[in-house]
Amino acid sequence: MKVEAKILLGLGLFFGLMCLVYWNWSLENAGGVMMFAGMLLGFLPGGYYYWWSRRMAPRPEDNPNATQSDGAGVVGAFPGSSIFPFVMGMGAFFVVLALVFGIWLLVPGLALVVWSLLGGTAEGRRGGQH
Amino acid sequence: MTDVLEPAHVEHHDADHEEHHGATGILNWLTTTDHKVIGLSYTVTAVIMLVIGGFFAEIIRGQLASPNGHLVSLAQYNELFTMHGSVMIYLFAGPFAFGALANIIVPIQIGAPDMAFPRLNALSYWLYLTGAITMLMGFFTAGGAANFGWVGYVPLSNTLNSPGAGADLWIGGLLLTGFSAIFTGVNLCATIFYLRAPGMTMFRMPIFTWNMLVTAILILLAFPVLTAGLVMLYCDRHFGTHIFSVAGGGVPVLWQHIFWFWGHPEVYILALPFFGMVTEIIAVFSRKPVFGYKGMIFATLTIAALSLGVWAHHMFTTGVVLLPFFSIMSLLIAVPTGIKMFNWIGTMWRGEIWFSTAMLMAVGFVVTFLIGGLTGIYLASPPLDFFTHDTYFVVAHFHSVVMALVMGGLAGLYYWGPKFTGYLLNERLGKVQFWLLFLGTQLFTVPLYILGLEGMPRRMAVYPNDPQWKMLNDLSSLGAFIIGISTLLFVVNIIVSWKKYPAGDNPWDAHTLEWFTTSPPPHHNFYRLPQIRSERPTWDYNHPEHRTLHHGEHASDHDKQEATV
Repeated sequence: MKVEAKILLGLGLFFGLMCLVYWNWSLENAGGVMMFAGMLLGFLPGGYYYWWSRRMAPRPEDNPNATQSDGAGVVGAFPGSSIFPFVMGMGAFFVVLALVFGIWLLVPGLALVVWSLLGGTAEGRRGGQH
Repeated sequence: MTDVLEPAHVEHHDADHEEHHGATGILNWLTTTDHKVIGLSYTVTAVIMLVIGGFFAEIIRGQLASPNGHLVSLAQYNELFTMHGSVMIYLFAGPFAFGALANIIVPIQIGAPDMAFPRLNALSYWLYLTGAITMLMGFFTAGGAANFGWVGYVPLSNTLNSPGAGADLWIGGLLLTGFSAIFTGVNLCATIFYLRAPGMTMFRMPIFTWNMLVTAILILLAFPVLTAGLVMLYCDRHFGTHIFSVAGGGVPVLWQHIFWFWGHPEVYILALPFFGMVTEIIAVFSRKPVFGYKGMIFATLTIAALSLGVWAHHMFTTGVVLLPFFSIMSLLIAVPTGIKMFNWIGTMWRGEIWFSTAMLMAVGFVVTFLIGGLTGIYLASPPLDFFTHDTYFVVAHFHSVVMALVMGGLAGLYYWGPKFTGYLLNERLGKVQFWLLFLGTQLFTVPLYILGLEGMPRRMAVYPNDPQWKMLNDLSSLGAFIIGISTLLFVVNIIVSWKKYPAGDNPWDAHTLEWFTTSPPPHHNFYRLPQIRSERPTWDYNHPEHRTLHHGEHASDHDKQEATV
């Protein structure tokens, strides 16, 4: 986990420095703000990973001498198949078309999005279809 | 029931896992959360977009084959170059790079059963597909498709100059594909950080996976900026805000800042995945490990970081950007890119090179990218950029770059296609395709460099009737048609070799984990995994006598150890 953290922290540090140099030299705000946001995107998750990496035992994937049996156990829960990504995609499609062709398209669009949110959450609790 | 997965190396023969009984046919396509099926959908959709965008390109080159071409009207020409750029960048190159091959290959390369968030992955694909349909719908509206260039500069893209629905559909399509990219970025980061197999440390990941990780981080930095910019543009168009209009106290050049803060990292979001593919392919077909593995990773990270500090080199001629800062940063990118070039050559150096189609495409990528990269260094210098801005020199520069990426992508398809389809493509046709593509590309771009230096502006449907300009344009059009033929040959190759040449698990004697499993891989990818002790676990397993040395270990040390034993 330490390498992952260091990559993100390094990125944050780079943007922090660049932000200082650029903003003070150019006095142009758009780029300064965007670089500041880039710095945060490095530091926030990077700091979180670093905090965790000091508190947890190295995982098998961080151990260069790990054998395959070190990773035995449950890897994760992977839903088999689900219609709800498609439903949500269609909902988003209608929402975007509503921006162009008329506000009434928001009705089917938002209905599909809400249905997929509810359905997807329920499916996640139940375990999904196989 | 949720598939609670046991790790693949536990050699279970649970029928439930080996034979995954899911829906079949169209329902399977609509409901799948398997990264391989989603990746294949991405691949097919992206290749269709390549053909559509290429068709637009052929019409553009047909129009420019004569000084006063009448193939299309001036208005149609504007739509065509806008949609050619938009389809190729937003709908082909990006999704092909991070949605298609990465989706299929990255989880297998790190020994994972699937992407970290399979349903989010499926949603990414549906947003991409609907975004593509939305953008192309513009052609069927009364005012035609978007016609303000793929960069959507204001005031060209405001309601006064682009009143039609085509512009709004362009914005809407970009919003959808933008979210698709962001979700894919999140998914790739989570997969690479959390689902690696035991022993697969960060510095044992294949270079392709490394490049995809860096690409994913770049996506997360860049795409939200574009999405925000598009929302602002839409508000300016319809809700009466004046963010980008001078009349209401707004700043038009702000759009350019926002667009290029996304747009320049986007160049590397497109390029880094193909760098990764080519690195893998060159190493495998030179039968050597990657030369300078850590140097490659360092170069990738450096390119990514620098790419976010160079956006305004697209805006030198606006007169309101800090020229020295952006010039220095842009020139600096040549250093890590040079490291990559050096390492590719170092990997081939004294290797047993096997010039398969994939390898030819990879070498073609290196050569063509070198041409595009070197002309990029010219453009990073403001005095030269003032002279060549908005001429065909710029067009030629980035077409050298993106045609190199097309070669890299085809290299990837010839190399990894057998893994996810189970069948090889015809090598003879592939080689003919390569030579047509490679020579066509150079014939297409080199005249454009000359035209640009002579001052021919881009995005013009007609040009002065000068014999030399006519000849150079004709040569370029001829090159473009040869590229078109080579693309058709690829489709022919797929049809000719359909299920004809079974690939086997590891047809190239390759290095990385995806070649350890079957072709195509089973549901959840692996029945068992080898011990991972280097960045080439499959090679080490198949060639224990030539195992990969640890970083810093030398062959002579290894021989001494052997001798003492």
